[in-house]
Amino acid sequence: MSEKTIAGVQVKVSDDGYLEDMTQWNEEIAKEIAKEIGIELTPKHFELINYLREKTIAKEALTIRSVGKSGIVDVKGLYELFPKGPLKFSSKIAGIPKPTSCI
Amino acid sequence: MEIKEKKPLEKVCLICAKGSLEDVYASLVMANGAVMEGIETNVFFTFFGLDGITKKSMNHLHTATTGNPAMRMPGGLPFPTMLGGLPGVESAVSGMMRKQMDELGMPPVDEFLEMITAGGGTIYACKLAVDMFKLKKEDLSDEVKDIITIGEFYELCDGDRTQIIFT
Repeated sequence: MSEKTIAGVQVKVSDDGYLEDMTQWNEEIAKEIAKEIGIELTPKHFELINYLREKTIAKEALTIRSVGKSGIVDVKGLYELFPKGPLKFSSKIAGIPKPTSCI
Repeated sequence: MEIKEKKPLEKVCLICAKGSLEDVYASLVMANGAVMEGIETNVFFTFFGLDGITKKSMNHLHTATTGNPAMRMPGGLPFPTMLGGLPGVESAVSGMMRKQMDELGMPPVDEFLEMITAGGGTIYACKLAVDMFKLKKEDLSDEVKDIITIGEFYELCDGDRTQIIFT
């Protein structure tokens, strides 16, 4: 764990770069992490990010299958929003812990 | 000096040659996991593994109730081999297993294949095995891209950060 300044805010991040405390998150931080990964965030991205955050607060396990049934995007759409890291990149940008799901 | 440069996997090529529930799911979980990690993924179904991509059978795969020492009764007691051979037992046990997997959020085979191709993974059927079982392209899942030879599959396995996994 280390401290890092993202978008002018001092936040705690894991060794993999995931926010340790999801309450430290804001949209500017999301944009900055996304930029590092190489993703430009659209309103659709934010809709999904907010969904992921809500589910994390509700302590529901996230899988690409469950996100694909969220009504926001299907699995293909999820890959289009977050290429090469549908759960990992989206979780990192959403400021939630690294996903532990295999599916 | 120790070199610690990481060389992440770039491509995973899986060969699924067996048609039991656990063998097909092992391939599917590994393939989907690779796609989720952004790794280029090819899956080659051959021999009895073709059941995993054949429309008629893919959502009704069985697990062996005889000759499977790891088989247990619900509750953990040993599963008598004699019982496993009775008509209908394998079907019932396999149905229970699929139900448990469903409760864990594991998709049925057809949906799993769709998830893999949605992420850019590619599914192939083995030409020799398809000919042997007298199957046609239309008998196979729509997610199957092509029926190819093992030689053609090896051509897809190029690259020095590629792994071939056989299940």
